Amino acid sequence: MVETVIQTNKLTKRFGDFIAANEITFDVAAGEIFGFLGANGAGKTTAMRMLCGLSTPSSGTARIAGFDIYKQAESIKKNIGYMSQKFSLYEDLTIKENIQFFGGIYGLCDKQLKEKSESLIEQLGLKDQTKKLVGELPLGWKQKLAFSVAILHTPKIVFLDEPTGGVDPVTRRQFWDLIYDAAANGITVFVTTHYMDEAEYCNRISMMVDGVIKALDTPANLKKQFNAASMDDVFFELARGAKRKAD
Amino acid sequence: MKQFLTFVKKEFRHVFRDRKTLLMLFGLPIVQIVLFGFALTNEIKNTKIVVCDYAKDIGSQQLIEKLEASSNFEIEKSVLSREQIETAFKEGKIKLAVIFPVNFYNELIHLNKSQVQIIADASDPNTANTLTNFATSIILDYQQQLNVNVTIPYRIQPEMRMLYNPELKGATNFVPGVMALVLMLVCVMMTSVSIVREKERGTMEILLVSPFHPFLVIVSKAVPYLVLSLLNLVIILVLSVFLLDMPINGSVFLLFAESTLLIITALSLGLLISNSTDSQQAAMLISMMGMMLPTMLFTGFMFPLENMPIPLQVISNVVPAKWYYIIVKSIMIKGLGFSAIWKETLILFVMTCILLVISLKKFKIRLA
Repeated sequence: MVETVIQTNKLTKRFGDFIAANEITFDVAAGEIFGFLGANGAGKTTAMRMLCGLSTPSSGTARIAGFDIYKQAESIKKNIGYMSQKFSLYEDLTIKENIQFFGGIYGLCDKQLKEKSESLIEQLGLKDQTKKLVGELPLGWKQKLAFSVAILHTPKIVFLDEPTGGVDPVTRRQFWDLIYDAAANGITVFVTTHYMDEAEYCNRISMMVDGVIKALDTPANLKKQFNAASMDDVFFELARGAKRKAD
Repeated sequence: MKQFLTFVKKEFRHVFRDRKTLLMLFGLPIVQIVLFGFALTNEIKNTKIVVCDYAKDIGSQQLIEKLEASSNFEIEKSVLSREQIETAFKEGKIKLAVIFPVNFYNELIHLNKSQVQIIADASDPNTANTLTNFATSIILDYQQQLNVNVTIPYRIQPEMRMLYNPELKGATNFVPGVMALVLMLVCVMMTSVSIVREKERGTMEILLVSPFHPFLVIVSKAVPYLVLSLLNLVIILVLSVFLLDMPINGSVFLLFAESTLLIITALSLGLLISNSTDSQQAAMLISMMGMMLPTMLFTGFMFPLENMPIPLQVISNVVPAKWYYIIVKSIMIKGLGFSAIWKETLILFVMTCILLVISLKKFKIRLA
């Protein structure tokens, strides 16, 4: 029996009359790569923000890494990593300083920090550039670094909000290698994306339309279910019915 | 605690890596002090005047000598007619003209009465007032000289003493003002901009997802600016003591304690501003406009508050810098202790608490 690390039940977020996320219910198992798909404005980011504790749900329940999102937000924070849509390392700090800072606020001790940052720099092949300001790196490198920093404290789950936006295909491929490495180390990956080829890399995906989860299965099963040749077709089939305008 | 130190270290790195911030942080007070100290002085020294002497007698000569001997005046030239006086005023070279009528001394000696006309350029009313007062007192002085051997039965001799500032230096007035201005501007701007920058760059989200407590985010943002502001204060004080000969008559410790209070007020104001905007530029503008003008106007170091209309005087009470200004003047110039300024301190303290509570509350709401 695999441990369930994300478990939501009718999670809903309302902004006035507008229901951004409507009764979202799903489970994610430990070590899974879970793709969270949907058109712009479908409510992906809202849902993800609720799961990370950045936003309080209007109703429904959820447990993240076994902790209740209402009562044990602090425990959740210690067990998750997060990488936002915007690039979010400090551009005026060096690579090393960024690693030290984020490791530091997650409470890693000096010894752990030293080991981790060395192996991370080694893995990314940034050994000669540790004293470089992050702002000087190309976007692809920045994104890879941001991901590595997000899992520096070996969280149980890492939330990635469109991590590969604006990155070239080769770097995207390398980025997914990092994601697979992380999953192999037992980190559950929860990722939103607009690239349908990336959706194929996921173990399971959910499709969100107008704040509701319309489909949830493995990529192969979804294709079979919608009688589609590729994930692109599945997406079009589902998103066609959307009433909300993309923002 | 270690997390906290990590954060503070990061904030210092931001400041020291940003040349512009550094320049503003330490350039601003130096420029202000030098500007106010040497350029924007309202002391009256060597004002250029003209004399028009129709009398050309011993009396007018003696008076002109006295005028020239005073450090306030410098006689630009002697003119021969009223037209020439007007031209001189129009050229803007002179601020004051003194005219002696024909037979000035004769009338003075024989009729016991004579007249001197003083004309001042009142386009700047305050200066005109001061200048005519100086000229009048020189003339009265001369009159007394003439009366040395005569006893007037009733005489009141006013004995004037300029307390706390015998040399009537402008610095005593503006240095506390500049201290208030610089602390307010720098602290409010730095905190609001540094918090908004985290929002703008998206790093705030990462911080809020991390186990680092949001309240600590604010505290660790505040600490570096508190330290830098105190350093700033040291620079201002050193400059004003050694460059402008300002006294610090009271306790330096008390001065720093009160300044820390103002800095905390400014930090919470900055926090409040950062809550209401999402762009660094807006934060910068609000801080500049919102702090610069009220602090300049309502602190009382440029324009006396007592002369303002009642509604403006009421408004001035909500400007924290006003209270700080009173406190600093009391400590530095009058050398008073805490018992003399506890009221102002209390007002400032209450203001700080209110601001802090409001801004922290708003910060929490944003998290939800």
